[in-house]
Amino acid sequence: MSQLRKQGLTRRALLSRAVATGALAVAGPGFIAAPDAAWAVEVTAISEHQMATLLQMARDIYPHDRLGDRYYAVAVKSYDVTDQKQMVAEGIVALDAAAKQAGFDNYLAAGWEDERVAILRSIEDTPFFQTVRGGLVTGLYNQKGIWPIFGYEGESFSQGGYINRGFDDIDWL
Amino acid sequence: MAKAAKFDLTDDSVVVIVGTGAGGGVLANELAQKGVKVVALEAGGRYLPEDYINDEWESFGQLAWTDPRTTSGDWRVAKDFSGLPAWIVKAVGGTSIHWAGASLRFQDHEWKALTNYGPVEGANLLDWPLDSAEMASWYDKAEAKLGVTGVGGRARLPGNNNYKVFEKGALAVGYKEVHTGNMAINSADYDDRMACQQTGFCFQGCKWGAKWSSAYTDIPRGEATGNLEVRDHAHVARILHDDKGRVTGVEYFDKDGNLQMQKARIVAVAGNSFESPRLLLNSHSTMFPDGLANRSGQVGRNYMRHTTGSVYATFEHPVRMWRGTTMAGIIRDEARHDPSRGFVGGYELETLSLGLPFMAAFLDPGAWGREFTTALDSYENMAGMWIVGEDMPQADNRVTLSDTTDAFGLKVANVNFSDHPNDIAMRNHAYARGQAIYKAVGATRTLPTPPYPSTHNLGTNRMSERPEDGVVNKHGQSHDIPNLFVSDGSQFTTGAAENPTLTIVALAIRQADHITREMAAGNV
Ligand SMILES: Cc1cc2nc3c(=O)[nH]c(=O)nc-3n(C[C@H](O)[C@H](O)[C@H](O)COP(=O)(O)OP(=O)(O)OC[C@H]3O[C@@H](n4cnc5c(N)ncnc54)[C@H](O)[C@@H]3O)c2cc1C
Ligand code: SF4
Repeated sequence: MSQLRKQGLTRRALLSRAVATGALAVAGPGFIAAPDAAWAVEVTAISEHQMATLLQMARDIYPHDRLGDRYYAVAVKSYDVTDQKQMVAEGIVALDAAAKQAGFDNYLAAGWEDERVAILRSIEDTPFFQTVRGGLVTGLYNQKGIWPIFGYEGESFSQGGYINRGFDDIDWL
Repeated sequence: MAKAAKFDLTDDSVVVIVGTGAGGGVLANELAQKGVKVVALEAGGRYLPEDYINDEWESFGQLAWTDPRTTSGDWRVAKDFSGLPAWIVKAVGGTSIHWAGASLRFQDHEWKALTNYGPVEGANLLDWPLDSAEMASWYDKAEAKLGVTGVGGRARLPGNNNYKVFEKGALAVGYKEVHTGNMAINSADYDDRMACQQTGFCFQGCKWGAKWSSAYTDIPRGEATGNLEVRDHAHVARILHDDKGRVTGVEYFDKDGNLQMQKARIVAVAGNSFESPRLLLNSHSTMFPDGLANRSGQVGRNYMRHTTGSVYATFEHPVRMWRGTTMAGIIRDEARHDPSRGFVGGYELETLSLGLPFMAAFLDPGAWGREFTTALDSYENMAGMWIVGEDMPQADNRVTLSDTTDAFGLKVANVNFSDHPNDIAMRNHAYARGQAIYKAVGATRTLPTPPYPSTHNLGTNRMSERPEDGVVNKHGQSHDIPNLFVSDGSQFTTGAAENPTLTIVALAIRQADHITREMAAGNV
């Protein structure tokens, strides 16, 4: 989680921005942050709008209501590099154009997940969408931090396997 | 322990084996035990239980064959995993490091698919030049080597949570032959290997060595005889022959990328069903313009991968299917041949679990949105099973040379595959049965999951009675070139419903016997 860091913006500054952009706050130059200031992600190569859009896309592609934004932020942070910049820029222009066609200012301005999903469906065959979706399969689900939220226990050899730790403990059958 | 042998590149008395997996690793040890000198060349590196990793993607990065391959045909794998048609290992021990250990004998009728099923339109069915009676004693030896449970007086494994759900559902819908399988996983200490600790990462290599793999059994035992030299990071590029049409050795790239030539009295190819035909095709010459052992034109054809698929289901309460053995659970009632179900041949249902990272990748590749993610939200409450059924050999389901080349500049394998209507009918039947099983124990949702990149790869150098029908005879010996053998799953004439490795191992033990006899008689 090296890309993420607790940041020092005041809660009030963050909240005021959060109101402006919805759930995700553009936390002023070079950062986007959670409205509750629990985390922030620094952007260097791409813009705050682009990062906020990628983050919302990630949530809408693989929505898990019990996963905080920080996991999605880690998953899309790899696009914030110079050689992805053009792909991201063009992809998001196309995404926002599709949102306009559907009657919204841009993708982030569509308030309901269903509305955003409909916009995504209209671009799902594009290389941009497929790259973002494909990257999330490992970028999101291979984060060890999310495994406990799904109940998955991961490595077990160092604990002696499950032979004495409930391999056959099912009690509701 | 005797020091492992070291043979000279110019030593033309050795048997060269290409690949050290289930087929090649066993053949190497069996020959070495009989006093035959063997050089085994393995493209991958060496990893032992202490090296294996309880983490799906990290382990994949450590062990999987990720050299390029290309795909075509209408199978979904060609779309979702176009560069990864198979999930197999590149390492000393081959895919026997990954495998789950399910070890079943073919049923009698499966040795003679053409006779027993009759001709099937579009399928290239053929009888094996072998049968159950011939194979019985070789299966006995293979089961003893692997320590298969449920036979030879060895107890079956205990059932884990995933099995208990599966068993209860199976019995509820009326299935009779339901148990924890015949597994090459120790239920008690056996043959210097300890009992299973229910760790649950069987696919990532068993860190306890409870599961059989040639990596830490046959290979070191063969080396201990002083008759076997294993060279790792040795990628065989080409098999060479003389003007009498007999093979004389192989060219390979060593670990530094230098081309070497190892002379040989006999060459045995065991690189799994993509690499073995690829190597034969890449070894074409003026005398053999279509590749070695290919006068029949059958090299690369009749690729089979079993009619697979999975059924996962979610329940009201936790199952935690990942705990314990990955595949110790089977229903055998549908394995019979009963065309009244709308297809020939049969299928097995076996328990299966994937960790969360692989579940996300394989549950419904390409899918997104809440239909997909709500299923994963119930991961802890999921149970899973795998379908393994006999698929139809088809002439155009085949491995050919692609225009793509690998890091050595060698043409890679293109794998073309399309389902036969019989495969589709069988899969749909199995999906319905699997869903019924889980509904019978209160599933809240069932998920008929498409086939993964192939784990069982068979048939691309098929065995046949007559030289015009196939590549090798009943000993895995090339019909065209007597000192060239095929020693892996690519020999399979047809696939049967059973997981293939026990049969690959039995054939390798039998082949070692044949090679030794033929060498003694001066025939090869
Ligand atoms: C996840 C998983 C689970 C499985 N579970 C089961 C199961 O429960 N039961 C069962 O029966 N089967 C199972 N299988 C299948 C089983 O692993 C294979 O059938 C078996 O390992 C095939 O043996 P093989 O000798 O044909 O090839 P492999 O074991 O794949 O060995 C081939 C070796 O050849 C090497 N090689 C290839 N080309 C070259 C070259 N040019 N030069 C040098 N070396 C080369 C490769 O690197 C590899 O090490 C499973 C497979 C997987 C992936
Ligand atoms: S469950 Fe048993 S066989 Fe599988 S990896 Fe763990 S100890 Fe080995």
